[in-house]
Amino acid sequence: MSRKLHPFNGGVHPDGHKEPSNATPIRAMPLLPRYVVPLRQHIGAPARPLVRAGERVARGQMIGAAEGYVSTAAHAPTSGSVLAVEPRAVPHPSGLFDLCVVIEADGEDRAVELQPLDWRNLDASALRNRIRDLGLAGLGGAVFPSYIKLNPGAQAIHTLILNGAECEPWITCDDRLMRERAAEIVLGAEIMRHALGCASVLFGVEDNKPEALAALRAAAPTDMEVVSVPTLYPSGGGKQLTYLLTGVETPTGGRSTDVGIQVFNVGTAYSLYRAVCLGEPLLSRVVTVTGHVAEPGNFETRIGTPLADLLAAAGGALPGAVGEIIGGPMMGFDLLDRVAPVTKSVNCLLVKDPRLFPARPAALPCIRCGACARACPADLQPFEMYWFSRAKDFGKAQSYDLFDCIECGCCAYVCPSHIPLVDYFRYAKSEIWERERDKREADQARRRHEFKEFRLEREKQEKAEKFAKAAEKQKAAAGTETANPEEARKKAILQAALERARLAKEGVTPKNTDNLPAAVEKEIAEIDARRERMGAKQQGGEE
Amino acid sequence: MNGSPFALLGHNSVTAVMAKVMAALIPGIIAHAWFFGPGIWVSLLLCMLFAVGLECLLLLLRGLPLKPFLSDGSALVTAALLALALPTLAPWWLYLMATLFAVGVAKHLYGGLGQNLFNPAMVGYAAMIIGFPVYMTQWAAPIGVAHFTPSLAEAFDLVFAGSGAISVDAYTSATPLDAWKTQARQGMAEADILAQPIFGWAGARGQEMVALMYLLGGLLLLANRVITWHIPVTFLAAMALTAGLLHLANPAQHAPPLFHLLSGGAMLCAFFIATDPVTAASTPLGKLIYAALAGFLLMIIRAFGAYPDGVAFAILLANICVPFIDAYTQPRVFGHKRGGKRGQA
Repeated sequence: MSRKLHPFNGGVHPDGHKEPSNATPIRAMPLLPRYVVPLRQHIGAPARPLVRAGERVARGQMIGAAEGYVSTAAHAPTSGSVLAVEPRAVPHPSGLFDLCVVIEADGEDRAVELQPLDWRNLDASALRNRIRDLGLAGLGGAVFPSYIKLNPGAQAIHTLILNGAECEPWITCDDRLMRERAAEIVLGAEIMRHALGCASVLFGVEDNKPEALAALRAAAPTDMEVVSVPTLYPSGGGKQLTYLLTGVETPTGGRSTDVGIQVFNVGTAYSLYRAVCLGEPLLSRVVTVTGHVAEPGNFETRIGTPLADLLAAAGGALPGAVGEIIGGPMMGFDLLDRVAPVTKSVNCLLVKDPRLFPARPAALPCIRCGACARACPADLQPFEMYWFSRAKDFGKAQSYDLFDCIECGCCAYVCPSHIPLVDYFRYAKSEIWERERDKREADQARRRHEFKEFRLEREKQEKAEKFAKAAEKQKAAAGTETANPEEARKKAILQAALERARLAKEGVTPKNTDNLPAAVEKEIAEIDARRERMGAKQQGGEE
Repeated sequence: MNGSPFALLGHNSVTAVMAKVMAALIPGIIAHAWFFGPGIWVSLLLCMLFAVGLECLLLLLRGLPLKPFLSDGSALVTAALLALALPTLAPWWLYLMATLFAVGVAKHLYGGLGQNLFNPAMVGYAAMIIGFPVYMTQWAAPIGVAHFTPSLAEAFDLVFAGSGAISVDAYTSATPLDAWKTQARQGMAEADILAQPIFGWAGARGQEMVALMYLLGGLLLLANRVITWHIPVTFLAAMALTAGLLHLANPAQHAPPLFHLLSGGAMLCAFFIATDPVTAASTPLGKLIYAALAGFLLMIIRAFGAYPDGVAFAILLANICVPFIDAYTQPRVFGHKRGGKRGQA
């Protein structure tokens, strides 16, 4: 507990608003008549549907299989029949529909047979495959498939960090989980340590959660360290917590594994424990429902629960509510459709009211006061990035390291001109991605075209060579017959003339470098070789 | 519709920033009235009225909404700084012209709030010192030194109707900065110069107390995190260092550092003018370079230039360098190599 902390620059202190939801224990949800399970809940490729409309499923049955490397499975939250496999509303800022499996519950909640894993004696790669099939993904928000993160690969992982900072205001699902299920979280961390083969395990929890800190300290063995970190948003950001606890900066464009550190959310550790020790797929998660609702609190919510039902479980929104946020007020997004279901990434349903969430005042021009730069935990100059993003000078915005922006919202939070800075950065990033995609496609088209030209030319040459060979054979055969030297001489002259004509036609003029002294020839060869190398290097640089 | 963040820091707006700056100016303004008479209220009022009127006019001409831009308070701050930089008791049209250059030319012709390269108040001041140098040398003499200190009503009269029968010399005097320079060049000894009534215990009589009040206001801005320490501390340090070296090299010609710090517009500049975020450098290292440059230039102009004070020209020259300074002092971004080059597009 006396670990030396390494405070990152910037950060802000928004009002916590943790009290409304962290006072009561995690509540169970009643079984609902219908669940909607999206097949893309994680980063990466969507799961491949394994069921069709009309099929019967049992709780825990895999209904979507991991497809490709970066992917993970999806499971039926209860027993019943598949109503449809079709695009439905999902909780995503875009409001676009995505492929979902709609399940009508039969009320029996019959489960498939669960197979606990003997993880201490299981081969690490077999363990990871099982974890992929059990649908584990990071519950902290990024929903990266966990089995990949548990694969140390070429990098040796020396430190495992369990992220229990929960720095977003209003959200308390990790807080309650740590208070109530610390022993299970610690077991999950043990499994992670086993899979990663790392020595050091650190828990990072903000000091506004003393009960959670105490519970973890009571549960953790002596070789795991539970560290209280100062309450400062965004100390729960992966890179920020890593730096705070270890003083190691995650290199730009890289992951913390590049420096031998892996970070998991405490909720993921808990779900990993259930997956491994009980054999249970990721069927539910804890979700905070708070804000302008009758009975705020935390709910053990099955994946696929329509958000409207979750809201109803918390007593419904109070009069005067003006919409909901998925996630917290700093990084969340507006919920566009309440029929969208809870997914693995949904940690909070925050109901807005005009008093706590007044409309953002109209933006004034930037006065370059630099408050955003002082608040930025990535040490960026947001006002410069804003200037160029607004002018659509995306190259320049990128040269101010736009892609190091973690979109934490600190800059827009402190901006006295009320400029929605993060909106500009999201816009600039998506424009740059779009352009890169266009460029890649154009490059590919160009390469295809060039190869086609090359292929056609090659085929022509091959054909010509074949004809030439055939002609030579014929000539050789004829030569043995006509032993007339005069005839042969005439033929040779004709042949040479034809050859010259062919060369002229192809535009190949004889080089003026014939019959040169050996030294000059050598020099020319060296120059050519150097040119070749330079060309190769330039091409390599463009890749 | 806006995306995240949905939370906003409370009581935070451009208006609030400007209000804090105005509040921090109040001790200095009161000290000014105390030591130089009520003339400051007249120039302050006129500059503010002209600034708001011009702001309205230009916003209308540019087709911009009045309410958000008028209520940001930036025109009032510019006007206040201008009034404090200009001599009091000058003709009313001088204040109008100065405000026209500040708000009209330096601010709106460059694109309005946040877009100006040059500090508006200093552009207004510089235009006046070039255009009407005589008026810019007639500074109200401190109470006790002047033969006559106009009351508020008399001050209005002087500003609008001119001095009439009263000699300008009755209520104005050269500034101590000017006096030092000319008298030292004439070979007067330091002790004899300082013995004159317009000089005080360390700097210029009256001005030194006003300067201390600006310092107090500046400390309030620092405490309220409206400004950071970088610019004022570096500016004053660069001034003191340059003045100290000059004084050491030639004590007969150059006044000691403390005299310079407490005379003229040095303190006002350090905390209120050089710190204007729009026109100052914005990176931590850039702020140090910018402020050091401004402080150094101010002392060079004071020591070797023809003008009584060099605040306006020092700031405008430093403003020119800001884009260059900012471009080459970008801080290291989290996760980037130390000393690594910023990725170029």
